[in-house]
Amino acid sequence: MFGWELPPFNSGGLGVACAGLTRALAEQGVEITFVLPKKIDIKIDYMKVVFADVDFPCPDFSVYSLIKRGLLPPELHNSMFDAVLSYARRAVEIAKRYPHDIVHAHDWLCIPAGIAASKASGKPLVSHVHSTEYDRSGGQSVNPVVFAFEKQGVKKSKSLIAVSQFTADLLRDHYSADPDKLNIVHNGINPEDFAGVFASDPFLALKQAGFRVVIFVGRITIQKGPDYFIRAAQKVLGFYPKTIFVFAGTGDMEHQMIELASNLGISNKILFAGFLRGQTLKDAFKSADIFVMPSVSEPFGLVALEAVASGTPAIISKQSGVSETLAHVLKADFWDVDEMTDQMVSILRNPALQKTLRTEGYQESLKNTWSKAASETIKVYRKTLKK
Amino acid sequence: MSAINFYFQVHQPWRIKKYRVFDIGRDHDYFTDNSDTARNNKKVFEKVTQKCYLPTNKIFQDLLDKYPHFKISYSLSGVFLEQAEKFAPEVIKSFQKLVQTNRVEILAETYYHSLSFLYSKDEFDRQVLLHRKKIRDLFGVTPKVFRNTELIYSNELGRYLEDKKYLGVLAEGADHILGWRSPNFLYRPPGTAKIKLLLKNYNLSDDIAFRFSSKDWKEYPLTAEKFAGWVNQVNGNGDLINLFMDYETFGEHQWEDTGIFNFLKSLPREICRHPDNYFVTPTEAVKMFPARDEIDVPHFISWADVERDLSAWLGNDIQKDAVAQIYSLEKAILKSKDKKLIDDWRKLQTSDHFYYMCTKWFADGDVHKYFNPYESPYEAFISFMNVLTDLRLRIPDYVINNPT
Repeated sequence: MFGWELPPFNSGGLGVACAGLTRALAEQGVEITFVLPKKIDIKIDYMKVVFADVDFPCPDFSVYSLIKRGLLPPELHNSMFDAVLSYARRAVEIAKRYPHDIVHAHDWLCIPAGIAASKASGKPLVSHVHSTEYDRSGGQSVNPVVFAFEKQGVKKSKSLIAVSQFTADLLRDHYSADPDKLNIVHNGINPEDFAGVFASDPFLALKQAGFRVVIFVGRITIQKGPDYFIRAAQKVLGFYPKTIFVFAGTGDMEHQMIELASNLGISNKILFAGFLRGQTLKDAFKSADIFVMPSVSEPFGLVALEAVASGTPAIISKQSGVSETLAHVLKADFWDVDEMTDQMVSILRNPALQKTLRTEGYQESLKNTWSKAASETIKVYRKTLKK
Repeated sequence: MSAINFYFQVHQPWRIKKYRVFDIGRDHDYFTDNSDTARNNKKVFEKVTQKCYLPTNKIFQDLLDKYPHFKISYSLSGVFLEQAEKFAPEVIKSFQKLVQTNRVEILAETYYHSLSFLYSKDEFDRQVLLHRKKIRDLFGVTPKVFRNTELIYSNELGRYLEDKKYLGVLAEGADHILGWRSPNFLYRPPGTAKIKLLLKNYNLSDDIAFRFSSKDWKEYPLTAEKFAGWVNQVNGNGDLINLFMDYETFGEHQWEDTGIFNFLKSLPREICRHPDNYFVTPTEAVKMFPARDEIDVPHFISWADVERDLSAWLGNDIQKDAVAQIYSLEKAILKSKDKKLIDDWRKLQTSDHFYYMCTKWFADGDVHKYFNPYESPYEAFISFMNVLTDLRLRIPDYVINNPT
């Protein structure tokens, strides 16, 4: 299996998803050799981890996120593509050295490696699509090189795993994916990771001062719809001035969002908490009164599952994969600021609504596990081997 | 001998439009939704009129004309009649024509198809009287047998209705109240002397209402001949068979292409092939048959879902909260003497609003979802509570006196 990152050395959802899925696959008896492009100091006992030792001239190994955040200087773009191709060259030797039945590759960064490995060993390629260039760019300025890698992956794979119907539709419409190859495996969580009690309540002081807290968790970038969050915040504040809106995340639009909040005269009600991880993030989820995910285009949206598993009422964009698996959340079109406002005000105003969303959402989160995702993945493996 | 007692619930709620926080204090027209969705009452009513009311009434009119012993009964909610008058007056005319045959009985109920019996007996009485007046005005008859909203029933209701001189009351023939007994007899609520209970034979009723077009059902396709055969099997072990269902079964839940209309057209003929079979109305039934036993129903039952209890309307916190809040306004609303305000408040009591907020099985996409004009139970709750906030603002001095 070819990945790009694993927690705690991850920059986003891909690493989390790879860790959750591989652990559950291993528990169900799948032997995995997991390949990472660069050596990291990581201890994992449930699968074999090997490193491709790709040389990459970047201070941070997690280029995946740098590109998405627009933080990678243009002059490094080419060397990044070089790194992806060099990963593919190294994949040939790795594929010959480690016996396997299936090559499983995650997203475009690993697709050339997957294709090369599959060619070297003659074993079928399963490409797992967590996001596409269409999502990352919000439909604008699609990077032609990345798009070409993705398109090649769609073509050369024996099977495709999309993380949602939303993504499967996109692969069919924009990448001409053969519907017979397409499979949908929704991401999951380990609900027990979020069910615990607080280590400490990060918003305690605010709450004691009588504030309610609404949280946004994700990169502050066009794909995640941070501007819609701020515009809805402004409207909610008209009804509930004692509400604080928290961004947990960083990104290329952070400064723009700070300016927008100032222009709207609500900068004292918007907090930028930076990138949160681990227990701090769990505590933030749990403490918030409402979680909002206004993504413009979200292949899945794991954070929404994490929020409901934490018992936090969630408002999520209809343009997201996770909205296919969650019923006990409020849903709105990402552009429908009035609808999101109505939903936030209703939760703040009606304790019964908050309570019902909490309890029903939590119950529902228990069904969306990595274990279920692993079972579905194994079905795809079996189907692929029979082809 | 088997008497067939056909009863149909005819009801349409005034669905609440998409009503957001921004509308509070500005828009008091809660029930006019001009969108293309199933919240548009006019559109829904016109659709059901064409698919169900007119064609089904026509079939029953023909059957009544053709078979002099054929009889049926209806409950027509006040909010249904209002909408018929407004959106499709020809529906009222066709019901009037049916009633004129004297073989079509109309039952009593609350005008607003509400849960008022559970929350306020005074309000319940007022709504029953409003309904009685509406039925008298439109049809010139006075109902004598009662059918509470969605067959919600308990001992308490039985006794209450006996005091109000009703001859009978309809209820679900739920297994847990019947035990080994059959729904095909009349029963008596404990502590009453006269009023009789008519219990729905849910097996035979649901064969038509739910299973008729189900291809997974081993009896599919259901013919009138086969159904009459099942009716005949009751001969000798029952006085009557109570077939209770939503009227919209015909043409709306079961579409015309399922063959439901042809089934209906042949049913009286097939049933009457057996010389011992005949048709009765609820009032005839309670006059004709004795109560065979006492049936104890200490807790409320209904005809909804497998649970046959109140959980379809009062199963979760948002439902309980919404219902409690609407009834908490009773005194203040009535004191206002504002007719429009009182009517709006009552329209908000219709049980359907709370049914739409049901989260039971919501994720599995079942019958609740099918009948829900909102995308989710939460969306239904949000519009309802926003409307309620506006309603409070309309009560003179209410918000000043009740700032929280």
